[in-house]
Parts: sequence; structure tokens; C-alpha cells
Amino acid sequence: MKPTPLLQISDLRTRIGAVRAVDDVSFSVSANETFALLGESGCGKSMTALSIMRLLPEHGTIDAGAVLLEGRDLLALPEASMRAVRGGAIGMIFQEPMTSLNPVLSIGEQVGESLRRHRNLGGAALRAESIHLLNAVGLPDAARRISEYPFQLSGGMKQRVMIAMALAGNPRLLIADEPTTALDVTIQAQVLQLLRSIQRERGMGMLLITHDLGVVAEMADRVGVMYAGELVEIAPRDAFFDAPFHPYSRKLFAALPGRGQRGGALEVIPGMVPALDSAFVGCRFAQRCDAAFDLCRSETPAWTQLAQGHTVRCHLAPTGSRTAMPVPTTSVTQAVMGKATALLTVRNLQVHFPIRSGLLQRQVGAVKAVDGVSLDIGVGETLALVGESGCGKTTVGKAIIQLVKPTAGSVLFNGSELTRLGAAGLRAQRSGFQMIFQDPYSSLNPRMRVVEILEEGMMALGVEPAAGARRKAMTRLLDQVGLAQTALHRYPHEFSGGQRQRIAIARALAVRPRLIVCDEPTSALDVSVQAQILNLLKDLQNELGLSYLFITHNLPVVDYLAQRVAVMYLGRIVETGDTRTVLEHPRHPYTQALLSAAPVISGPRPPKIQLHGDLPSLARPPAGCHFHPRCAQAMEVCRRQYPGQTEINSHQMVWCHLANQIA
Amino acid sequence: MIAYLLRRILYAIPILIGVNLLTFALFFVVNTPDDMARMHLGMKRVTPQAISNWKAEHGYDAPLFYDASAPGINKITHTIFFEKSARMFVLDFGTSDDGRDIWHEIKTRAGPSLAIAVPVFIIGLLVNITFALLMVFFRATYLDFWGVVLCVVLMSISGLFYIIAGQYLIAKLWHLVPISGFNGGIDGLRFILLPVVVSIVAGIGGGARWYRTIFLEEIGKDYVRTARAKGLSEWRVLFRHVLQNGMIPILTGAVVVLPLLFMGSLITESFFGIPGLGSYTIDAIQSQDFAIVRAMVFIGSALYIIGLLLTDISYTLADPRVRLQ
Amino acid sequence: MMFKLVMLKTDALIFLLLAAVGIFTWYVRRHDYLRAPWRRVLTNPTGMAAAVVLAVFVVIGLLDSLHYRPALAMKAGQPVQYGVEVLSALDAMLPKLRTHKEKTYSAPLATHLYAKETIVLANGSTVRDYPRLKYGGAQLADPHTQWMRDIVQRIAWGVIEGLTLTALLVLLLAALLARRQPGGLVAALVRLLRGGNAIPWRTLLITCAILLMLGLVIVQLAAAYHVFGTDKVGQDVLYISLKSIRTGLVIGTLTTLVMLPFALLLGIVAGYFRGWVDDLIQYLYTTLNSIPGVLLIAASVLIMQVYIEAHPDVFDTSAARSDIRLLFLCLILGVTSWTGLCRLLRGETLKLREQEYIQAATAFGVSHWRIITRHILPNLQHLVLITVVMDFSGLVLAEAVLTYVGVGVDPAMYSWGNMINSARLEMAREPVVWWQLSAAFVFMFALVLAANLFADSVRDAFDPRGRVQ
Repeated sequence: MKPTPLLQISDLRTRIGAVRAVDDVSFSVSANETFALLGESGCGKSMTALSIMRLLPEHGTIDAGAVLLEGRDLLALPEASMRAVRGGAIGMIFQEPMTSLNPVLSIGEQVGESLRRHRNLGGAALRAESIHLLNAVGLPDAARRISEYPFQLSGGMKQRVMIAMALAGNPRLLIADEPTTALDVTIQAQVLQLLRSIQRERGMGMLLITHDLGVVAEMADRVGVMYAGELVEIAPRDAFFDAPFHPYSRKLFAALPGRGQRGGALEVIPGMVPALDSAFVGCRFAQRCDAAFDLCRSETPAWTQLAQGHTVRCHLAPTGSRTAMPVPTTSVTQAVMGKATALLTVRNLQVHFPIRSGLLQRQVGAVKAVDGVSLDIGVGETLALVGESGCGKTTVGKAIIQLVKPTAGSVLFNGSELTRLGAAGLRAQRSGFQMIFQDPYSSLNPRMRVVEILEEGMMALGVEPAAGARRKAMTRLLDQVGLAQTALHRYPHEFSGGQRQRIAIARALAVRPRLIVCDEPTSALDVSVQAQILNLLKDLQNELGLSYLFITHNLPVVDYLAQRVAVMYLGRIVETGDTRTVLEHPRHPYTQALLSAAPVISGPRPPKIQLHGDLPSLARPPAGCHFHPRCAQAMEVCRRQYPGQTEINSHQMVWCHLANQIA
Repeated sequence: MIAYLLRRILYAIPILIGVNLLTFALFFVVNTPDDMARMHLGMKRVTPQAISNWKAEHGYDAPLFYDASAPGINKITHTIFFEKSARMFVLDFGTSDDGRDIWHEIKTRAGPSLAIAVPVFIIGLLVNITFALLMVFFRATYLDFWGVVLCVVLMSISGLFYIIAGQYLIAKLWHLVPISGFNGGIDGLRFILLPVVVSIVAGIGGGARWYRTIFLEEIGKDYVRTARAKGLSEWRVLFRHVLQNGMIPILTGAVVVLPLLFMGSLITESFFGIPGLGSYTIDAIQSQDFAIVRAMVFIGSALYIIGLLLTDISYTLADPRVRLQ
Repeated sequence: MMFKLVMLKTDALIFLLLAAVGIFTWYVRRHDYLRAPWRRVLTNPTGMAAAVVLAVFVVIGLLDSLHYRPALAMKAGQPVQYGVEVLSALDAMLPKLRTHKEKTYSAPLATHLYAKETIVLANGSTVRDYPRLKYGGAQLADPHTQWMRDIVQRIAWGVIEGLTLTALLVLLLAALLARRQPGGLVAALVRLLRGGNAIPWRTLLITCAILLMLGLVIVQLAAAYHVFGTDKVGQDVLYISLKSIRTGLVIGTLTTLVMLPFALLLGIVAGYFRGWVDDLIQYLYTTLNSIPGVLLIAASVLIMQVYIEAHPDVFDTSAARSDIRLLFLCLILGVTSWTGLCRLLRGETLKLREQEYIQAATAFGVSHWRIITRHILPNLQHLVLITVVMDFSGLVLAEAVLTYVGVGVDPAMYSWGNMINSARLEMAREPVVWWQLSAAFVFMFALVLAANLFADSVRDAFDPRGRVQ
């Protein structure tokens, strides 16, 4: 006897215009259970959630299927009764806390609106309950905050308010659509912890939508993997992480970077997700599957049960064979970086942005985005610069290649002091260093063809001035980054995100730089595409002897790619050293917290170090050690004095008062 | 906040000076007072004597910027610039060609102008917003489609047509209200009814369509989806969330013109015989009374600058993001 | 020589504009990202129908921009002299409309004058009655019995001609399409009439059919009547309305042409370089903007009037004089209206310059000039285009208002504003002289509505968010 699940979805089909965003999806969520819907962007997981709420965008329609909530078919309800369900029986949290709250209403009003609608509260009771809810989601100082507006809150706090709003109607089911994707890793850990505890407290069912295997590992009881609009595998969490069956699921695991893959290439999924506006024959993953055989291309696979609760949609399943788990090709002979000849030497770099105020716009202070950063990069070396958003790491990159004028400090590149060069002198050096940007959509001019994008830098810097040679060079570049020659005459919008990032890489390479500043080049990409780009960057480094300053917040990527790492907090480096040493034996409490906050996919889960509060403002950094208000081990001296540099050994340096004690 | 507003006020001063210099250049440098005199006296056979008489009579006989012949401070004050332009800062506009004090005239005519402009502004705003909200509520239906079509048709019709058709149909054919004229007090209602209605109707097409696009843009935002996910009804989503956010650009756009309401409407007032500033201006233009036009340019600019200041203030009131930062 | 070509200042600018449009079209065809939105315009039925109507106006306006002075009849041996009257190609095509003047008002399609006169009868006695028109319905022996029949006949002919021409057009188009599509002529014809093409040919054909019928009915009627009546001095109102088209178009287009360089240059420079340049430009447009538009125009036009009257010798014909006034009006309208676009472009440039592709270009040491022309300008172009088409209709309407205020076009110039202005004075007359007003409003409405609909389709195609202020 199985109890009726809280939510039972069967054969759901949703269309957005001609795109069949959700195609024949069935699953269930029980009370007290977290079901994670896992998939890459555009696979239909958000549309599934919106179909449940009946909040599809304008051209969306639900063609078929049933959504039973406690036995009641939501799709058959009249709109008025559905409104009682929204925010009542089902609460929903959205991805972007920045835009999902109404900017002109106070958070008290926004939470209160739900309470009034679903719990019929008013007056003092309403206020009391609002404060109670905000306290429950861990909003500090809720009684005062209740009259504040969303823009006064940090991203993490906004997401807490969103959660409070979703909880206001005492829902039995909580739908969380990528609730932590827009948040920093330490904040993500806080929010996930909160979601876990309120779910346990209230015995809610939770439908968690995410692209992040780490989040799934930490949160889910059961997992459903979506690909191209359909579910391909459903399994209990442990079964899934021990032995994922579907070739797509297995590829997702293998594409994750980490130490295991260091030195080798990451597994990639060739090709792209098929367009969803055409009819499919056979398995949707067949074109990209290594194990595909004839049957896969002609017949849609049916569900096969592998074990209790573990079902999969793959023609391999009935045969009992499974694809080999791609084994990372670990190369033991990692090139040991001696003290390579320094290509870039940065000393005491400062970038301050003035704050003006008052009647005459006098400068009253400065945002110290970068406040005394020193680092070295050797020839052929990768230095990772790690930190949370707003810590100033991107500004460091831009100041190094002189896109932002440094306030003070020295940037010595290949023997010349960049900060003292005039416009002409700087231009002569510019071909030596280039940058790859985070967002492949805004880093390519939509009005220029690829050929124009590539030759712009070559012409400006006089690389290959002859047209014929330039054309040849561009052909070679496209080859190097793995794009077809036909790409030359096309516009950026004709390419996918990963392909655009390849174009951006080719553009940087075109002037034959020796140093490339990579500013989060993969954070906007899906994990399988990220693997392609990381592989490419690594290959290019081996081939051309490039040096990288790799700016990122993603520690597994650091582990995979970088020889050395520098951790930044509020405009300063707090710890630096060899990647392996720093990541295995972090000395700074902040590094330790960062490492602990990153979700762990497999293996033992060490106890979490929860960081409290948010990143303080760069305009008013805390006195003493900038980190002390959030540090569990802060001492008296930390409040008074910024710690000096402590050299633990030749591989690691740290700026912390504790360092000597521990050492 | 206070510092911000003070800074905005300080910023207004150079603009007003700029306007003053510009109008001065336009009226006295491009064309000399001699040209003006010649035009007023008729082009043919004007004796130099007649010109200097005319100039003396209207106070244009001083040098433009600097009078070397005058003693002391008069070197600067006894100039056209000081007499005619700089004095405007203390609301001294001199007299019109028919010898009346312009500032007094302006003060008495502001009332009738406001009697038309204020109701048009307030009722027009309400009507346009209501119409826009209705279209947004019925978006993607035929009601919305035909609403937009109606707006485009309405805004393609010349404003003059509304006035002439209104006067002809309502006043001349049906004798419901007087065709034109003005009277104070309750009795005046008869006179302002038609111009007010005509002005509002003439503005619906453009206004409602613009507000509709503002609301439609708001309705596509994430917070609206959040509001719906709370189970709010569509009307409540519209009124509480969309309207409040949409009102920020609408209100601030409207506030700019608020002080300019004093200026009245040139066309409406002249067609309906309202003795306001609009018809004053138009009469001045038609009789080529430069003193009045100059005064109106200066007052109009000053009012616009006040409008800009009010916009800043209304932003801080309407939008917490500005108010609290 | 039978005539002497006259190139008025506005004519020159119109042809310059035409050339610019031609170059722009050629440029668009070569750039994919530009072609795509235009293709969306091409597939929008309302927009295309509006474009056809606009095209008719534009053709009339262009014909009316080819000016010449006819040679006066001279005895042999004398040097050729040219008349002071400046005519256009349109006048040459409509000689009857221009020259067939009645004494004063006559109603549309009337055969008699609108005012009673003392008529001397054949027997020498006099009566006060409405006299027959010199031209309107002059071919009818007895208007009271024949008029209705004649009118109906002419309308019928016009409709028949229109339908015939449409049918020919359909066949021609089908033949053209059949060469590019499979299935031969019949299939192409069926597809055409069912509306099965990407480009809304059927809507276009229906629009053409309506316009053709309307046009040919008017041609039929105009051959013997004054279709829209005559004005106070007996001038054909249809003729005046047609001549006014050019004025409306000139104001709608040249104004933009005049203001565009300022707005582009200052807006981009302010947004791109920021700092004191930005402060200065902002100050400039705030100052200009703070002067109420009508008053600035009024002041400038008054000043210009003084100038023209003080220098009568500069202009050889009255046409040249009113032309320079028209051009100046465009100029001053441009000065008062560039601020909006300038502010828009400045804001957009501020956003664009932070884009990563511009930072990438900076990292290559690309010069400011190249960044502006290669990166910023192409990404602003849709805004400029949308503003230009959206402004057009407003400017056409503004002409009427300004002319009414007395600071618009020259009173001697044909324009809808002047038509309304002169007709308004007759409103008090009993019975009302309505046709002059109606003709002006109808023509203006047709042009402005078509322009608005076309502008909407352009905006939808270029700015999917559907919003530009």
C-alpha cells in the first residue's frame, strides 16, 4: 500500500508557441520529501514548475496531462480556485531574488499580502506574523527590516524574504526554482541549510529545480534528470550518485572538473541539445550518445525499472549493460612548476573609486575595490584568483590590462611598467595581454561578423598587416578553438553560448598574447559546455605556452586548472599558494569556509563551517581584519589590526593573526 | 537628500542664465533694434528719425551691452541687456507695445489659463490611465487590439480637428454650450466645459497608448510573476503591483509639465476665446510684440526648470530606491 | 528651351535625402543583422498597407519637387524670358486643376457657385441666383436632370478602370512570383489570392486596388468637376490639397535630417567621453529644452521674418522666399526636437560603453573614433530609425498648428495648415463652407495614420520590447 503522494504529475505536455518545452513528464513528490529536477538550461525544468502553478508565459499552453495535488487535479480547477492554491497549498521561490521582489513595496507589505490573502490576517496580528515569518527565515532584525525595501537588502536576504513569502500560506508543497543559482557560495550554503530545516520542520514536500549536481547531492531525497523536455532517469539520491545509469547522467558527472581530472581532459558531451520545436524519432540523446545503436535512432525508449524507485529511459537498460563510467585520464606526470620566469609582477595594486557627496560633490571617501594586491604569474602558468562577487577580483584583472586605471601600485609586464606608459607605449604592449569576459552574450558585438571581430584587434595592433596572411591566421585561429571555417562570415547570434566563448577566445588569441585574463569565462555556461571550454583553455596553454590569470568563484575549476591560487576578500588577498596546498590545507578561516560551503558531490561530507552575514560593503570595510565580523575564530587583535603576511612554507602564504598559532 | 535638492536648485541658475542670454541673442543680436523698428513702422521709406523715435519710445535706444558714454555703474545698467534682459530675473518685464505692464497682465491671465489647464491635466491623466489599464487587463484579446487601433486613429487626427468639430457639433449645431468666451465663478463652468472635454479627447490616443506600453513592460517583469504565485487576483496584481511601478515614469513625466500649466494652451485658448496666457502669447506673436514674447519665453523656461526640480522631488517621493539612498 | 529648371533649397535637400535613403538601402541589403528586422517589416500586413499609402504620398511629393519656370511666349529673335511663377512636374501633369479657377466658393462636384450673383439673362433681365460654374459641370446642358447620371457614370467608369488595372497587376505579380516559386502561374495565382506568401501580397493588392479605384474615380470626376469644391478665390481644393502634400512631407523629413547630425554627434560624444564634455552637452540641451518649443519657434520665425523683409533682394521669386521660410521652419523645428533624441542616445551610449565587447576593443588599443563608428553607432542605429519614423507624423501635425499660430509656413504656400487657417474664418458663415476643412483634415489624417501604422511596424520589428520613449 503506497500512500497517495502529495503531488502526482502524469504525462504533462506543455508548449510555448511551437516549442514543446515539456513533453510527457510524470513524477511524484511525497510529503516530507525533496524531489530534485536536474538538467541543463532549456531542458524544460522551469516550465514544468510553472505548469504546476499554471503561471506559464503568454504563449504557453498545457496540452495534456494531469497535475494532482493531494488527489485534486489542478489543471481542471477554475482560475479562482487555482488562485487559492497558488501561495496557499503551493509556495514558490524563484531564481532571481534581485528582480522577483516588487521594488516599490516594503518587504512587510509583500509578505503581508500573502498572509492576508491566505490566512485572513490583518492589523497587529498580520504584523506580528510577518515578523515571526521573517525571523523564522533568519532575517536579522526582522522587526526593523519589515519596513525596508528590497533594494536595501543583500541578495541572500532577499532570497530569505522570498522564502518567507512562499511560506506565508503554510504550503504543503514548496517549489524552489534554482533558489541559489544567483547567490555566492557561502550564501548558497546558508540558504540551502535554511530550506532543509524549514522543510523538516513543516514536513513539506519540496520540488527543487537545479542544474547543480552539488545542490542535488546536499538536498534531494530523489532525483529526476531532464533532457530536452523529457525525464530520462528517476532515482533515489544515493542510488543515483552511486550508479547513475542514463548515458546523459553519467556524462554530467564526468564533465565536472575537479582534482581527479587534473592534468587530463574533461569528459565533454559532443553536439548540442536538439531544438524542441521539431518532432523526434527515437531517443532524444541518441545523436550525442557514445553508446547509441540503431534502435536508439528509430524508437523512443520506454521506462525500465532497474531497482526499487530507480527507473530509466534508455534502450541499454533492458539489456543489462551500461556504458562505462568515463574514467578521468589522470596524468601523473603533472608538469611541476618550478619558479618559472615571471611574466607579470603586480605589486601593491590599488584601485579606488571616489565617493562624492554633498553640495559640491566633494570626495568624501573611496570604494577600495582593490586595496594593495600583489601577485606574480610565471610563463606558462595559471594563477586562479578566487573570491565572492564584489570582492574586487574582476577589477584586479581589468587594472592589470589597464582597462581601469590603477590608483597606485606597479604592474610589471614582461619587463615594462604598464602604469607609467603613455597611450602609444601602452598600445605597443597591448598585444601581450588580453582578456576573456564572463558573459559570451555581451562580449561580442552583435553587429559584427566573426571575421570583423577577429581582425579588429589584429588591425589595431598591427599583427599580420597583410590581408592574405591575416586571413590565413584567422583560419588557423578558428581551427585552434574548434570552430568551422564557415563561422567567419556569420554573426554572433547564430552561435550558442559555448561557441561564442570560443569566438571570444579566438579574438584574444588573434594578437598572440602571452597572458590572458580569464574573467569567469565559464560561469554563464552549462556544465557540459564548461568542460569544453576548460579543455580548450588547457590545450591552448600547453600548445602556446600561455599564462592565465583565471578569475573565478568556482573552486573545483581552480582545482582542475590552476597551479597556484590567490583568495581575495574585500579588495585584498588573504591567502595564496600552490593550489593543492591551499585547497587541501587552507589556513585562512575564510578559505576554509569557502571550501566547506561548496556542495560536495561524493565522498564524506565534512562538517560545514557556516559563515554568518553577508559580504560587507567595500566602501566601509570593517576595521582590523576585514573578515573578523564573519569569522568564528576572531580574537581581540583581529578587531584592531589588519594581520600581516605569514609565510607558512614556500608554497603558501596567509594574512591571518591565527596563522602563527596554528603553524 | 537636502544636499541633492540644493544642488539641483544651484544647477538651475546657470540654465536660467543660459536661456536669458539665448533669448537676448535671438531678439537683439541677430536682428538689431533698427530692424525691429523698421518692421513695425512699415518697410518702405522709413526715415532714420522715425526709427530712433520708435526706439526711444520703446526703450531700445541704449547700446546692447556696454555704454561707454554713461557715468559709473550706468555703463552697465544703461544698456538693452540690463534693461530688457537682466531685469527679467526680478520679474520686471517692462511694458508691451500697447503700453501695458506685462507682469500685471500675466498675473491676471494666469487664472483663466489654469481654469482650463488644471482640469484637463487631472481628468486627462485619470482617463488615460484607466483606458490603458483596461487595455492591459484585456491584453492579447480583441478588446485590446481594437483599443490600440482606436488610439492610433485618435492620435492621427489633428488637434485642430477636435476643436473645430467640437465647436461645430456641440456648440453650433446642438447649442449645448457657448462656442467661446469666458466668465469667472460658477457661471464660467459653461465656458470651460467644451475646451476641457475637447482637450482631453484630443490627448487620449497618444496618452493611453504610451501608458499601455509602460504597463505592459512592467507586467513582463519577474515580480509580477511572484505576485501571481502568491495567488493574487489579476486586478490586484494590476492595481497594487503594476500600477504602482508604472506610476513612477508616468507621474514624473507628468510633473515636468505641471508648472507649465500656467502657460495655458495656445490653440485651445485662442479658439475658445479664453483670456489666458496662451491667447496672450498667440496675440503677441501675431501682432509681433517682442516684449511679450520675450517675457513668455523667460517665464516658460523658468517654469520648466521648476518642473525639473519637482520631477526630482517626485522621484524621491514615488520611488523608495531614490528616497532612501 | 521651353523651361528653366529651378532647384529650390528644399528640393536639393529632398534629393539629398533620397540619395541617402538609397545608400542606406544598399547598405542594409549587405548586412544581415539589418536585413532581418526589415524583413519583419515586410511581412507585417498593416505596415505594408501603410507603406503603399505612404508611397503614393511620397511620389506626389517628389513630382512636386521637380520645379521649373516655363518660358514666356516671345517673338522670334528675342532672348528667352521665363515666367516668375515656379511650377512643378505635378503642375504640368494637372494643368486643368491648376488653371480652372472659378470666381469663389463652390461645393464639391457642384455645377453652380456657392454665392448668389446678379445674372444677366439672355432676354436682358437680371436675377439674383447661383450662377453656373465656368468649368465645374460645364459640359452638362441641364445640370438638374443630367448631373446625377453623369456623376454615377463617372464613378462607375473609375471603379471599372481601377478593377481592370488591379487585375492586370495581379497577373503581372503572379507571373513574377511564378518564376521564383514552383508550380507555374496558376499555382502562384492561387497562392497569391489565398494569402499564402511570406510577404503579405494579398493585403498589398487590396490596398492597391482601393487606392487605384479611389484615384481613378477622382480622375474621372476631376475631368469635369471640382471634386473637393473650390476655395474663396475659386481655386480647386483638390489641387491645393495635393500641392500641400509636399509641404507636409518636407517638414516631416527634412526636420529630422537637419537635427540628426547634432543629436548623433552630441549624444554619442556625451555618453562616450563623459566628464566635462558630458556636463557641457547636458547643459546645452537642458537649456534649449527648457524654452517652451512653440515659443522658441515663434521667436525664431518672427526674427527670420524680420530678416527676410529686411533683405528682399536675396530671393528672386516668391516661391524661393516661401521656400526659405519652410527650410528655416524645418531647421528651427529640428533645433527644438533634437534634444529628446540626444538624451536617448546619450543614455544608450552610457550603457553601451560598459559592454564587454567595447572593453575588449579598448584592450586592443582600438581608437575612440573606430570604437564609436564600429561598435557604438551600429548599435544605436535602430533607436535613431525608430525615432525618425515616430517623429514624422508628429511633425506633420505640428505644421498645421504652427501655421495656425502664425509661425508656420509662409501664408502664400500651399499647406494643410494654411487651408485650415483660411477655412476657419468661414466657419461662422451660413451655410457652412465645410469642404476645405474636410479636405485638409482627410489628407492629413490619411498621411499621418499611414505614417503611424508604418512607424509601429518598424518599431515592432526593430525593438521587440515595444517601447521607445
